[in-house]
Amino acid sequence: MLTVIEVDRLNFSFGRGVLTQSVLKNITISIHQGEIVLITGPSGSGKTTFLTIIGGLRQAFYGSVIVLNQQLINSNEQTKIKVRQQIGYIFQQHNLLKSLTALQNVSMTLEMHNAMTERQRLDRAAEMLEAVGLGNRLDYKPEQLSGGQRQRVSIARALVGKPKIVLADEPTASLDKQSGYEAVSILKRLAKESQTTILLVTHDYRILDVADRVVELEDGIIKNS
Amino acid sequence: MNGMAWFYFPARLAWRQLVFDRTKLIAATSGVLFACVLVFMQLGFKDSLYASAASAPVKLSGDLFLMHKQSEAIWRPVKFKRSELMRALGNPAVAGVYPLYLGLAPFKNMETQVKRTLMVYGFDPDSQIFNVEGIKNKRIEMQLKDTVLFDEYSRPEFGPIRQLLDAGRNKTEINDYKITLIGTFRLGVSFAADGNVATSDLNFMRIFPNRNHSDIDLGVIKLHPGISVTQTQIELGNQLNEFINIFTYEELLQHEMDYWANMAPIGFIFGFGTIMGLVVGLVIVYQILFTDIANLRNEFATLKAMGYEHGYFIRVVFASAFFLAVLGFIPGYALSIGLYQLAESQIFMPMPMTFSKGATVFMFILSMCALAGFLAIRKLRVANPADMF
Ligand SMILES: Nc1ncnc2c1ncn2[C@@H]1O[C@H](COP(=O)(O)OP(=O)(O)O)[C@@H](O)[C@H]1O
Ligand SMILES: [Mg+2]
Repeated sequence: MLTVIEVDRLNFSFGRGVLTQSVLKNITISIHQGEIVLITGPSGSGKTTFLTIIGGLRQAFYGSVIVLNQQLINSNEQTKIKVRQQIGYIFQQHNLLKSLTALQNVSMTLEMHNAMTERQRLDRAAEMLEAVGLGNRLDYKPEQLSGGQRQRVSIARALVGKPKIVLADEPTASLDKQSGYEAVSILKRLAKESQTTILLVTHDYRILDVADRVVELEDGIIKNS
Repeated sequence: MNGMAWFYFPARLAWRQLVFDRTKLIAATSGVLFACVLVFMQLGFKDSLYASAASAPVKLSGDLFLMHKQSEAIWRPVKFKRSELMRALGNPAVAGVYPLYLGLAPFKNMETQVKRTLMVYGFDPDSQIFNVEGIKNKRIEMQLKDTVLFDEYSRPEFGPIRQLLDAGRNKTEINDYKITLIGTFRLGVSFAADGNVATSDLNFMRIFPNRNHSDIDLGVIKLHPGISVTQTQIELGNQLNEFINIFTYEELLQHEMDYWANMAPIGFIFGFGTIMGLVVGLVIVYQILFTDIANLRNEFATLKAMGYEHGYFIRVVFASAFFLAVLGFIPGYALSIGLYQLAESQIFMPMPMTFSKGATVFMFILSMCALAGFLAIRKLRVANPADMF
């Protein structure tokens, strides 16, 4: 099976000198294509930090982090941008652009890929919104949508570019049980269809059953994998 | 990204973000509009000033003009000897020489009796040195004792002279000397004088008893047809006293405009006003863009996390600046046209809205917004995608 994320003895710390705080310690993990991996663990254990390093949002300096064949340790901006463009993000807060409609928000992912025409982009975005059950909300602005609907728009935005990897950081935290579970189920269904790898951080034990594997972080160390 | 998408996408996002918040859009546009109107008014007054400064010299008809080197402008001349002008007759190219006498004097409003200063032009009516219909037509009548022609374009404070003349009232005083108005002509006022009258050189001496024929303010030289003006200018330069300036027609106009642009504090004041307008606009646009970036920090960081490059956001900011420039300029331009007409009717000086003035101000406003965008871009650094999770 194809390995899309290969982390080897990753160490990461915040701060300098006496204030240095070691957040990730000797993390080693590999994740295959199409796998759905959940990361759990107490608050402050380094889950978010780990995710931002994988996503090319934060620079790490020690160990090895190979994502989609790109080494992210001591990488340059161009490498990180290249990795970011192949990853779909789902944030805890929906982080939609408030001046854009649902359809325009989803299209933003596709505007980076030049090959498509405007028509194709809008059609693809509309299909994607259809798939998350928002076919009748295409022209709504985020403020006109409920929390669960916004999160589904951001799922559509993350998936519409057919990313190899989806990273999600507590995507259900701001949702009620019902819409949280719905959102994750949709994510899982769509990801499985397209062999997308998912790395999802959560505290929410009700959604553990969607995972192929659950990894527990504690104090920057992986407990069982 | 290819050519069009390179700017089109960030510009479209900038536009959508601008129109999303109407209140902010109106505030920002008003700022640009304000700067725009301020600059238009400053430039309008300045151009009007320069144009009117040269209104009298523009109508002078002659080939070369003598002025004392210390004369800063026609309206504040340093006198020189008439004999100096006469010496020019020694050059065979010269067909005729004509002295012009100038003086500021109070003119009594026939209705209100209020006195107000205007410019008196005194010259030989036969000399034809003014290319003005109302003056040329009256050259016979001007020979009579104590007759004066009045400039219709003078400010209204001197009284409705036209109507008064039609009603048969034509007696008033200039410099406390009784004169008779025999008609009107059209010249135009300037910042130097609110009104003008023309009279014969003989009447001029009567109005100004302290003046005499031998001290003149400006000398007008006419050459024989077909003679090189610049050649004669050089020759006269060698023949005449060194304290005399010899100007061609164009040089005379330039000399008048330069006075207002450089010597008089007024040129500086308008330049200063223009810069202040732009600075105010700059601060407003910068403030708007800066807070905008701060408020949209999360959105920009989200886009960065999705893989958008830094350059994309720079283009978003510059596109916003561009839209604000255009959105503020259009109403600013329209409003300024109205204000120009209002000003024309109030100060009786021409204030035309020319294409080049519009283009100049637009370039100013565009540069102002671009600079504001440039300053605001530094704020983009706070949009850190690592803070998004
Ligand atoms: N930007 C930062 N600067 C300094 N310390 C940070 C920063 N972000 C997180 N930390 C610290 O790193 C540790 C791990 O944080 P985080 O990865 O957010 O944990 P989790 O997501 O598991 O709650 C925490 O102790 C936190 O205080
Ligand atoms: Mg976290």
